[in-house]
Amino acid sequence: MQRYFDEDLAHFKETLLMMGSYAESALNQALQAIVDRNDKLAEQVQDNDDIMDQYEIDIDDMAINLLSKAPLATDLRLITVAMKISQNLERIGDEATTIARRAMELNAEPQLKNYIDIPRMAAIALTMLKESLDAFVNRKAELARTVIPRDKEVDALNRQVYRELSSFMVEDPSTITRCLHLMTVSKCLERVADHATNIAQEVVYLCEARDIRHEANKP
Amino acid sequence: MTPQPQLPALKITPSAQSEPPPPAPAQAAGKPATFEVRHLNVWFGAHHVLRDISLQIPSKAVTAIIGPSGCGKSTFLRSLNRMHDLVAGSRVEGRITLFGQDLYGKEVDATLVRRRVGMVFQKSNPFPTMTIEENATVGLRLNGVRQRSLLQERMERSLRMAALWDEVKDRLHANAMSLSGGQQQRLCIARALAIEPEVLLMDEPASALDPLATAKIEELILQLKEQFTIVIVTHNMQQAARISDQTAFFYIGELIEFDATGRLFTNPSKKQTEDYVTGRFG
Amino acid sequence: MSMKNNWQHRWRKVKSSMVSGLCLTCAAVVIAPLALLLFSLVKKGASSLDLNFFTQLPKAAGEIGGGMANAMVGSLVLLGLAAAVGVPIGVLGGIYLSEFGGRRLSWAVRFAADILNGTPSIVWGIVIWALVVVPITGFSAYAGGLALGFMMIPIVIRTTEEMLAMVPNGYREAAYALGIPRWRIVLHVVLKTASRGVITGILLAGARVIGETAPLLFTALGNNFWSRNLSEPINAMTLQIFNYANSPFPDQNRQAWAGALVLILFALALNVGVRIMTRGSAPHLVK
Repeated sequence: MQRYFDEDLAHFKETLLMMGSYAESALNQALQAIVDRNDKLAEQVQDNDDIMDQYEIDIDDMAINLLSKAPLATDLRLITVAMKISQNLERIGDEATTIARRAMELNAEPQLKNYIDIPRMAAIALTMLKESLDAFVNRKAELARTVIPRDKEVDALNRQVYRELSSFMVEDPSTITRCLHLMTVSKCLERVADHATNIAQEVVYLCEARDIRHEANKP
Repeated sequence: MTPQPQLPALKITPSAQSEPPPPAPAQAAGKPATFEVRHLNVWFGAHHVLRDISLQIPSKAVTAIIGPSGCGKSTFLRSLNRMHDLVAGSRVEGRITLFGQDLYGKEVDATLVRRRVGMVFQKSNPFPTMTIEENATVGLRLNGVRQRSLLQERMERSLRMAALWDEVKDRLHANAMSLSGGQQQRLCIARALAIEPEVLLMDEPASALDPLATAKIEELILQLKEQFTIVIVTHNMQQAARISDQTAFFYIGELIEFDATGRLFTNPSKKQTEDYVTGRFG
Repeated sequence: MSMKNNWQHRWRKVKSSMVSGLCLTCAAVVIAPLALLLFSLVKKGASSLDLNFFTQLPKAAGEIGGGMANAMVGSLVLLGLAAAVGVPIGVLGGIYLSEFGGRRLSWAVRFAADILNGTPSIVWGIVIWALVVVPITGFSAYAGGLALGFMMIPIVIRTTEEMLAMVPNGYREAAYALGIPRWRIVLHVVLKTASRGVITGILLAGARVIGETAPLLFTALGNNFWSRNLSEPINAMTLQIFNYANSPFPDQNRQAWAGALVLILFALALNVGVRIMTRGSAPHLVK
């Protein structure tokens, strides 16, 4: 039985998914700006940050309105989960913006080295984000669960990048600024992976009503 | 979060069939059950209204019964205090025990059952020829209690329990119909409480009241559950979510799901429950 | 559609006035006989209403003066006796029909009540004469009261049943839910709630039987003096009016008019009393 509420709910989901697409493309563009040393792309990412912020506000607004109708069960979980996901997406957008800024800083100087690890991190992070959003759309808890362990890979790569860049900085102090920028970029990508993991955990809660956050900390 | 208590082990009784205990929500295990309902079937003439209902109603808690119109929730409620005895052509089969005693046993007097299991109805019905005071004590007086001091004490106690004392203490001799709808309903609750039942059955007690009066009744129920077992039929799911500890979902005479309220309203196990609770049917 | 006042509207108004006028005429036609009745009675009888009329016994035939004191007292006594018979049986019968009735027996009781209701009053007179007057008491107040009482029963049964049935079932349910035994519920809740209506029914039955003449002809018989006890014949207003109206003496005819006026005023007072009692409730009972 289709209800007016279902229409509002569908519109709400649509909005969240559009925000997700924006986050994905922002991240993509920011990476391209690094790899291709493209200033124009970097500027575009920074300009689009406002859009992400506005999305978060709109989604929270819609969510409060929907909640005031006192929905229950799946509807209730959907709305609360969506609010959390939008928060994570907004932060991903912020990370993309940071990466873009660093890209412009890096482009002012010659490229330090071939970028290998960073693009790899980015690829994993982007896949994690895409798959957790897919899992949300299609209510696939299994898919969401596969996202979560990959966070460790990204953490490992991040540590590797740090080690490599640390030795660079020790050997040749003139590379310090560029190394610091790159370390920031790596950190951003590590955080993006964390946010994607959070999204995946929320999706599991939506599908199964099971809260799997912080399970790594439990004995 | 407290760890989940263990469910009691299955007891194999030597007599007849050994059947598992009726479904009880995990959180309530460990609390004694007020009612144990086993394979309850009710017919009105040829119409099979309730089919094979089994559940346990825990003590000193609020159990809500929800479901679309005609699903048998009121019928179920009324079988807990043998109100169907008054309906010609009704037939009740199965077993309902109240604290272990069979309610429908051959030697059991229905009148005595109803003194232990009180009831409040959808439309408030204080007796129109009686004052507030008389209404509050009618259950005692018409059951033979004459002692004035006892009547006075019980009246004040039950009116306080019903959160009505302060509003009526200066006009106890006014006719009961001079009260507002919400006050009348609270008077009916006081009337039921005065005979000190162990259980209070409530059949959509707030559905005829405005939101403010409804809120007062809900607050009252939350207070009362410390002393009484309460079973409430409601068509308002948010109300059930607000005040009950466990909820039973009935549909066309069958018990579809019975679980802790929090779980049933955020993550029901049956699709029918999910559909009903999110308003997609009924 | 125009809202202006055109010929269609005016024709509608004329039609409306015509019909209103017709209804008014019909109402007047209904009220006219009552007005005529009261007017005649007052005109013919009011002048005879003096203290003597209310305090003296009827004088011998041909003599002037006297009153209907014993007739008035007699009517009230007969009413009391009738009530003693009619009220308990009628009310209990009504309670049975409303609260306890099994299907077959209820049908039989209602059927019997309806038949009895339609029994001509003179038939009651003859039956009681044959069953009570001849073998047991002779002409007496008892016999008269019995006849009137039996006439009251079907009315009281029906009105009691109706008024009890009008008590909403919610009150019964609430009382049952308190674990109150059935007979107490019927007495203290149902009957108490319907008490006004039940009393109304009784009063109306009383108003009906106090105006009966035929049953008293063969049972109470009438009396020119005070009755010393209830097993003697007793006078009643209706009997006295009957006798005096038929009499060749104008003085007695005059008193008959006065008696009729008193009787109608009493009946009117009873009806008005009933209306006052039932303000707002049971309007259909007051016919």
